[in-house]
Amino acid sequence: MSITHLNNPWRRLRCTLLTALLACPFAQAAPRFEDTMAQRVQACTTCHGAQGRATPDGYQPRLAGKPAGYLFHQLLNFREGRRDYGPMTSLVDPLSDAYLQEVGEYFASLDVAYPPPQAPTATPATLRRGEQLVRQGDASRAIPACQQCHGETMMGVAPDIPGLLGLPRDYLNAQLGAWRSGKRHAQAPDCMAQVAISLSADDIDALSQWLAAQAVPAHAKPMPEWPAARKMPLPCGGVSVEAAPVAGSKMGSSR
Amino acid sequence: MSARLKLLAFALLALGALAAAVVMLNVRGEGDLSDEIAATAAPPAGWRATDEVIARGAYLARAGNCQACHSARGGEPYAGGRAIETPFGTVFSSNLTPDAEHGLGRWSAPQFWRAMHHGRSADGRLLTPAFPYDNTTLISRADSDALYAYLRSLAPVAQAVRPHELRFPFNTQAALAVWRALYFEPREFQADASQSADWNRGAYLVQGLGHCNACHASRNALGATHGPLDLGGGLIPVHNWYAPSLADSREAGVADWDRAEIVALLKTGAVNRASGLVTASGPMGEVVLRSTQHLSDADLGAMAAYLQTLGARADANQAAAVPEAKRVKPNARGEKLYADHCAACHGERGEGVPGAYAPLAGNRAVTMPMPANLVRIVLEGGFAPDTPGHPRPFGMPPFGQTLDNEDIAALLTHVRASWGNQGSAVSALQVNRYRGTGR
Repeated sequence: MSITHLNNPWRRLRCTLLTALLACPFAQAAPRFEDTMAQRVQACTTCHGAQGRATPDGYQPRLAGKPAGYLFHQLLNFREGRRDYGPMTSLVDPLSDAYLQEVGEYFASLDVAYPPPQAPTATPATLRRGEQLVRQGDASRAIPACQQCHGETMMGVAPDIPGLLGLPRDYLNAQLGAWRSGKRHAQAPDCMAQVAISLSADDIDALSQWLAAQAVPAHAKPMPEWPAARKMPLPCGGVSVEAAPVAGSKMGSSR
Repeated sequence: MSARLKLLAFALLALGALAAAVVMLNVRGEGDLSDEIAATAAPPAGWRATDEVIARGAYLARAGNCQACHSARGGEPYAGGRAIETPFGTVFSSNLTPDAEHGLGRWSAPQFWRAMHHGRSADGRLLTPAFPYDNTTLISRADSDALYAYLRSLAPVAQAVRPHELRFPFNTQAALAVWRALYFEPREFQADASQSADWNRGAYLVQGLGHCNACHASRNALGATHGPLDLGGGLIPVHNWYAPSLADSREAGVADWDRAEIVALLKTGAVNRASGLVTASGPMGEVVLRSTQHLSDADLGAMAAYLQTLGARADANQAAAVPEAKRVKPNARGEKLYADHCAACHGERGEGVPGAYAPLAGNRAVTMPMPANLVRIVLEGGFAPDTPGHPRPFGMPPFGQTLDNEDIAALLTHVRASWGNQGSAVSALQVNRYRGTGR
């Protein structure tokens, strides 16, 4: 691919000299073109915020620092119709697996400050319920604790399990709701669909309220790997971790 | 006999004659084929042609981009089920895998040939012209047999074919019969002896399997084109992308391009011309991705040779496109929006970046009278196809959520009137028309 136009040293030198005299039309307002991933993914950052840090409006989620495999799988899910959001699907449609993997790795590598937590609007009882679901789950309804898979710090586990903190309440509500109603899918076996179906609308509200109200520690990152001795409570497509032997379940690897 | 009865008898006779004519027109040329079909049993499950024939069929299936329609998003290739929206309702593509129940498992090669050449299913029913049999009728029997051999070599997928959801009367065989009587006749490709073998190969691919006119031509009220020779451009119904004319140098005609540039665009989805980067976008990006990038350089060169002879040479200049009275001037609101959102990539003067971003100055895709694609690209953003020859493309952000209709109209009107561009204005109403028509 030729980018001689701006890589031509003569032109650059001329621009530098002329900029000094405030006369070079290229080098003033617009930043110089760079052959980088940041330049390539401007189609993403218009909605997901500079460096994928999310925008204040609360719906388009943060991308920066999420595990690379998780981001890659979401891009595949959009391309292959398991997630249903037309604008994302039409963007990723013409892109290869290799490039989508690279996009995932790029955003995963960014260490960008998280937004402050959202002040909850729910009652203390609801927040307690949310925290309980996150930390203990609900054994009576076979709901595993969020922390069992998403990690004690709730920042996820590299490379495939996303964190739960630093996400807007509206986004959490919408995604859990979409999983519950069958609008969002992941690779089979779709463990999150199973979990979301067992949640009530009140459970989802409580979870979203509590999770969105938690501050993210500075430079918090996903756990680097899944703890060797631990098994997942459910088999999950796209996650290369073995699930605990539950009646009727299979090994949870489809990567 | 009373006058009234006479009239009734005459009307019945005329109706009968008309129906007979429609039936006759629908079965013309099928006489010998019916005998062959009656005499030929479908091969047993697991039958395989030679590897060479199967490979040739696989290549032809790519050239015809069969998989694009005959696969659902995320579904098994060739198992069908993709919904194709038409002005007459929704058509669901059929299962082309060799499943006996739902696919081609019980089809014989002559039945498959009849589908390609006559637009008729194995049981004799008429197929909807959403299947471009007006194009596939031109392919040779040998190519049809190779396609058949390839499809029979796939793993069978037991996926039921979803019935079409067409409105009355378009959902009837009678309506299809009338449509075919009006607009379809089985034909063979006629080589032009005054042209080279290369040109004729290109014409065969463009008019036949390539079915380029399915998008690059206008359709009448009943959805018919003027046939495979018309590549004069058209708005794709329902999808609202404008497939520009391939016969007009002000749109997408390539009479004045180097053949290598045309081949590069079809092979990689992008070409750096002296005037700047040109990429395939929208539905053409999908065509490059799933079809043309897989074709041989010889076939792409042949298609280019044919496409170069369409339309007049580039004698018309841009100014001729828009009458003086309709031309617009740059506007302050558009200028500000351009500086804020576009200039960083497309340049302060619309010059673009070679290899990365298309120029907007002097770009016919920008100044074309029909602004549908321009509006869609600003609303939805997008990437050029990611191919080995053009990997890791730079993306265009979608602005549909940050800019309103008035903003986009002002911006595009400004761009179409700046840096020597002489296009017409884009209205907020036009922007609104194309909003929300994405996939």
